[in-house]
Amino acid sequence: MASKSSSSSASRSGGASKKPAKLPVTKEQLLAWYQDMLLIRRFEEKSGQLYGMGLIAGFCHLYIGQEAVVVGVQGALEAGDQVITGYRDHGHMLAAGMTANGVMAELTGREGGYSRGKGGSMHMFSREKQFFGGHGIVGAQVPIGTGLAFANKYRGNGNICAAYFGDGAANQGQVYESFNMAKLWNLPVVYIIENNQYAMGTSVKRASSETELYKRGASFGIPGEPVDGMDVIAVYEAAKKAAAHARGGKGPFILEMKTYRYRGHSMSDPAKYRTRDEVNEFRDHKDPLDLARKKIIDAGWSDEEALKEMDKEVKRVVNESAEFAKTSPEPDPSELYTDVLVEV
Amino acid sequence: MPIEVLMPALSPTMEEGTLAKWTVKPGDTVKSGDVIAEIETDKATMEVEAVEEGVVGKLLVEEGAEGVKVNAVIALLLEDGEDEGALEGAGASSKTESPPPSASDDADTSPAGGGGKESSGDDETLSSPARGGGGREAAGGGKTLSDPDIPEGTSMKEITVRDALRDAMAEEMRRDETVFVMGEEVAEYQGAYKVTRELLQEFGSERVVDTPITEHGFAGLGVGAAFGGLKPVVEFMTFNFAMQAIDHLINSAAKTLYMSGGQMGCPMVFRGPNGAASRVGAQHSQDFSSWYAHVPGLKVIAPYDAADAKGLLKAAIRDPNPVVFLEHELMYGETFEIPDLDDWVLPIGKAKVRREGSDVTITAHSRMVGFALKAAEQLAEEGIEAEVIDLRTLRPLDTDTVIESVKKTHRIVCAEEGWGRMGVGAEIAAVVTAEAFDYLDAPPLRVHQKDVPLPYAANLEKLSLPGVEDIVKAVKAVCYAE
Repeated sequence: MASKSSSSSASRSGGASKKPAKLPVTKEQLLAWYQDMLLIRRFEEKSGQLYGMGLIAGFCHLYIGQEAVVVGVQGALEAGDQVITGYRDHGHMLAAGMTANGVMAELTGREGGYSRGKGGSMHMFSREKQFFGGHGIVGAQVPIGTGLAFANKYRGNGNICAAYFGDGAANQGQVYESFNMAKLWNLPVVYIIENNQYAMGTSVKRASSETELYKRGASFGIPGEPVDGMDVIAVYEAAKKAAAHARGGKGPFILEMKTYRYRGHSMSDPAKYRTRDEVNEFRDHKDPLDLARKKIIDAGWSDEEALKEMDKEVKRVVNESAEFAKTSPEPDPSELYTDVLVEV
Repeated sequence: MPIEVLMPALSPTMEEGTLAKWTVKPGDTVKSGDVIAEIETDKATMEVEAVEEGVVGKLLVEEGAEGVKVNAVIALLLEDGEDEGALEGAGASSKTESPPPSASDDADTSPAGGGGKESSGDDETLSSPARGGGGREAAGGGKTLSDPDIPEGTSMKEITVRDALRDAMAEEMRRDETVFVMGEEVAEYQGAYKVTRELLQEFGSERVVDTPITEHGFAGLGVGAAFGGLKPVVEFMTFNFAMQAIDHLINSAAKTLYMSGGQMGCPMVFRGPNGAASRVGAQHSQDFSSWYAHVPGLKVIAPYDAADAKGLLKAAIRDPNPVVFLEHELMYGETFEIPDLDDWVLPIGKAKVRREGSDVTITAHSRMVGFALKAAEQLAEEGIEAEVIDLRTLRPLDTDTVIESVKKTHRIVCAEEGWGRMGVGAEIAAVVTAEAFDYLDAPPLRVHQKDVPLPYAANLEKLSLPGVEDIVKAVKAVCYAE
């Protein structure tokens, strides 16, 4: 996961096609991130489609528009670092390396899903990929993520936890209880506030007395920074710094990712609380994929044709996951009674 | 082949809708995310976005069309390189995907979808499911549970419940370095009720952690630590304050194993005093037994004496599941005999017959066991021999022991300190009625707190809480001895 960025300025003078000025990441990193973002985008579009066909039911919160956040942060994590988030979680799982097949089949409630169909969109986990959910109660993942960081410190394993939550959860009391303990004990946790500007239908300014959410740690002595959450490179750089802070024993760090979700809060949200113009402003001018694509092409690291091929390959993976999710059988009725308790 | 655009379901309940407006026309190029139409559902007007990119080939449904079924083909998109010729014949066969397996209409049936076992609640309770967890619970997966034998010659020692609990934690912390204790005043103060006395001195502040007064936060933190491989023992100064944290006990600790398909176990203990203390008023005096015992995914223990407190707390700490361990403040100072053994561990899920009797069964847990035993002594003087069953574990509930006893005594009184409505006694009465109906010579009776918040005034508090006399009275009633 963690690849060192080489931001030497040697490239400035020569070899512009190999490494142009200013991009503090490698070609491999940026191309990989672009592909990860594409995967999330196409996956979510497909989820929306399957929801429309009635194959996915219940709540389904799409991540379209916010892709740069998880992909950039994941790029700054190291093996063994944990990730935890709320219910808008498909992107986090894919970024953590969980398979599209397993996630999609969970969305359709099938045996091949990560929770064997018993969790659904909001409740998936992978110990192998250090992904700890997928939590449906707003803000609940924040103390749990803080506890994962507590376990890291207790064991002295050098790992950190990336705990994501939204601008809505940022007003939850348990978040501040967690901030207090995290700083009190200097736990290795990075809090990532995904400020997509709406808590369901309520805009940040209608719900928050202090709308600069990165300042929310100030009274606990936790540093925070605002980040352009539409720019995967900016996210990566901020996350790298925050991760180093947490890993270095200095305690928690808050990153406020200024981002935007293109779709409604969930599939059944007509999103009448914002204008189409506002949505289009982001889609047309600040789209994280467009932004990354432009950087890749400007740097001469790839071309339209090759990126189109990449898109095709991503679509193939996503289509295959949809097929898998449709054909994987429903869980056996006997699964009703399994996993209630660990049997002893 | 042109891409078929299907009428989407935009809510879990939508079956059809009105295609209010097309925002594209044939020949328009669309990319994924572009709005192509507006649809009126039963709830709202929603925009439909294109999922694929292409050129709009044909609109198959007119603007304003009502009752367009979900999944009907409403438009065709031409892919890169296709021309209009490709449209012929396409879309004619209103392709329908296999119907959704669990549309909302089916929400009330088994989540496993049609087929399989259609379980009405009652059947489920009575049948023995193949695996533990549902309905009738056998803690050991069918194993016969019994307390360990006490070797001949083992001496007994006297110990308070408080120290028995302390010793249990200390022994488990010595045994397993992932076990740690956290809570308010557990370290420097040595425990608000001195249950964690001297743990800090032995194990240090890394493993005996004073928390701020933030139950919601530290309960959730404990859950995260358990997910992260530790074995937290989270102390609530009293369970009254755990109401601030109950979301994490239930939604985070109890349900995650199931929701994760068995991946994410939560090995931890939530412990502290539960129930009425003395003269502390309604907010600080509540029995939460039935609250937690209601929840699948938890184990719930409520011991009475020192030996059970120690043996069951050690078992709880070793258990790979979240355990709610309900102590009683008014029992902490009580002294009992306990076998002087190195490793005294008791099985979770096994009730204990504390007094044998032939005329009536009395069930109780926690402090009420003492009252039940006293009541039994009084009754014996009047010629009624009561069998007293200490439930010890409320989930899984050892109904076998209770039913076996009722088959012998034909009468039962269920005593508990908490409110009666939807309570532990109500559950036992229901199980006994269902499973031993033919053996009963009288309807089961419950003894419990009066149905009011606990008052402060000494006389009213006494009137509200159940005691020995209430049990005696109930027993006489089921024995028709009044």
